[in-house]
Amino acid sequence: MLKQIEGSHAMAEAIALCRPEVICAYPITPQTHIVEGLAGLIREGRLTNCEYINVESEFAALSVAIGASAAGARAYTATASQGLLFMAEAVYNASGLGLPIVMTLGNRAIGAPINIWNDHSDAMAMRDAGWLQLFAEDNQEAVDLHIQAFRLAEELSMPVMVCVDGFILTHAMERIDIPNQAQVDAYLPPYDPVQVLDPAEPMSIGAMVGPEAFTEVRFLAHYKQSQALRLIPQYMAEFANIFGRESGGLLRSYRTEDADLIVVAMGSICGTIKDTIDEMRDEGIRIGLVTIVSYRPFPLDALRNALHGAQDVVVIEKSVAVGMGGQLADNVDVSLRNLPSAPRLHSAVAGLGGRPITRPSLHRLFRQALVQPWEGTHFLDLNERVVGREIHQTRKRRRSGPTAENILRQLAESGSVAAE
Amino acid sequence: MTSSMFQVRIHGRGGQGAVTGAEMLSVAAFVEGRHAQAFPSFGSERTGAPVVAFCRIAEKEIRLREPILEPDCLIVQDATLFKVVDVFAGLRPGGYLLVNTNKTLAELHIQEVVARLPHGHSVIVPATELALKHVGRPLPNAALLGAFAALTNVVHFDSVKRAIEQTFSGKIGATNAAAAISAFEYVMAQQQPARVA
Repeated sequence: MLKQIEGSHAMAEAIALCRPEVICAYPITPQTHIVEGLAGLIREGRLTNCEYINVESEFAALSVAIGASAAGARAYTATASQGLLFMAEAVYNASGLGLPIVMTLGNRAIGAPINIWNDHSDAMAMRDAGWLQLFAEDNQEAVDLHIQAFRLAEELSMPVMVCVDGFILTHAMERIDIPNQAQVDAYLPPYDPVQVLDPAEPMSIGAMVGPEAFTEVRFLAHYKQSQALRLIPQYMAEFANIFGRESGGLLRSYRTEDADLIVVAMGSICGTIKDTIDEMRDEGIRIGLVTIVSYRPFPLDALRNALHGAQDVVVIEKSVAVGMGGQLADNVDVSLRNLPSAPRLHSAVAGLGGRPITRPSLHRLFRQALVQPWEGTHFLDLNERVVGREIHQTRKRRRSGPTAENILRQLAESGSVAAE
Repeated sequence: MTSSMFQVRIHGRGGQGAVTGAEMLSVAAFVEGRHAQAFPSFGSERTGAPVVAFCRIAEKEIRLREPILEPDCLIVQDATLFKVVDVFAGLRPGGYLLVNTNKTLAELHIQEVVARLPHGHSVIVPATELALKHVGRPLPNAALLGAFAALTNVVHFDSVKRAIEQTFSGKIGATNAAAAISAFEYVMAQQQPARVA
């Protein structure tokens, strides 16, 4: 049913349709509206046979989900930013134990400096924690990916993180098709655990494992993720059959058929990139986009096939590995490795801590990649003047003070703080 | 792309319902079978602080996720904002301006901007006053949407009314809708004084 609805509330409705049996959450912006929405659905009696557990921290939230999942319940939680870091040990435990928990990550920057706005630093901090990570391009996909995530998680017995851009998607109200219960029930069978803690048949989960078996446990986790590379396209096709639209998959190509330049990106930025591409196509520039939906497992082969005809590839991402560069660019580079006449790769970082990514800036970036490509990592819309002055003053004075506060003072003095 | 899309930027202060206003406008477009995207400027929503909310309306799917940089219409919920933020940034040459105030446009010292816009595209409406009269609280957002329908004709007033009643149930919905009708009529009277008289 079509609704004009906030992204978070649409996700809450979709998660409720998946019949979770235990939801445990701790509020943190910008994820809060999702778990509030679920709490409301339980209170109104629209989600039954589900226990909603308020906990005292994110570490407890995921720990409760782990316990519930191990006891055979379909378990869900959500978090963002520092919340994900606080549950980090449990994040590794959930995947290490092979428990099919689904978690929404309302993507948000990580402090310090404290910042509540969107980027992908939180997802990237846990990218190697063994969870599958799926990125939603819009709120329709955010809804649809949750339904696919439970199916995928439970088939593989592995946890899945659905990454949704904080504020940009979670707080946007738009037209979303909310599926009905019959559709979701037809797609998602009841949870049939591969391991369950049952007093009638006692066993343990989470034994100490020494050097004799640890490698094999990790190999099998890696193997399961490679199985996901096969299952994700299959589940996307089955989803399209039942729900009548394509959502999810490993990656999607947009106007790449004859493209000289292909942009690679993840999440909500892809919509703005598509509009930019349409404008550049009108000017005769052969440019396209590959949207990565599945970041873990990373679709190396599918991406290689999608990119191999291009001359240039621009990877634009909302995160930076300080001291190295863009993590997504680094992963894309692996897919191009050993490819004869591989395209040139250009890495750009954008939208950190909620900085808007605009079409004019994207136009400039993509043109620059064609006519005057840069070396290393390009920071889109970097205020070079402010950065230059800060570097200069730290060289002049030993006690130069805190960087963030110095930058804010500079901006206040120059009166260039954004009108908003 | 942008030419087939109508973009509204609402400037207000935290507590005036700018975000809810943008959301209700998106619902009004939705009930007409159109695509709409409403979103806040994120984060700084403290009572009294300047806030911005956005709404895009289009006949096809809206993919764009940047803030609205070149609005077709500005809705200003608080006339004291002109001194604090660059409210008019990016306003399109053929755009609309709707200001909640008891003063005249001349008294607000924004004639320069008004002169740049087509005749009849700038109006004031005492939306807070109308809200106090009908709703009993100084929340101008619903009244401003009634005025918006009269000024731009981008959405039908009936759709605005439905959106208000869908957002606020019962008496609160009815009183907000009444404020919106008053504001609609107030602007229609400014636009077409002969007919109303």
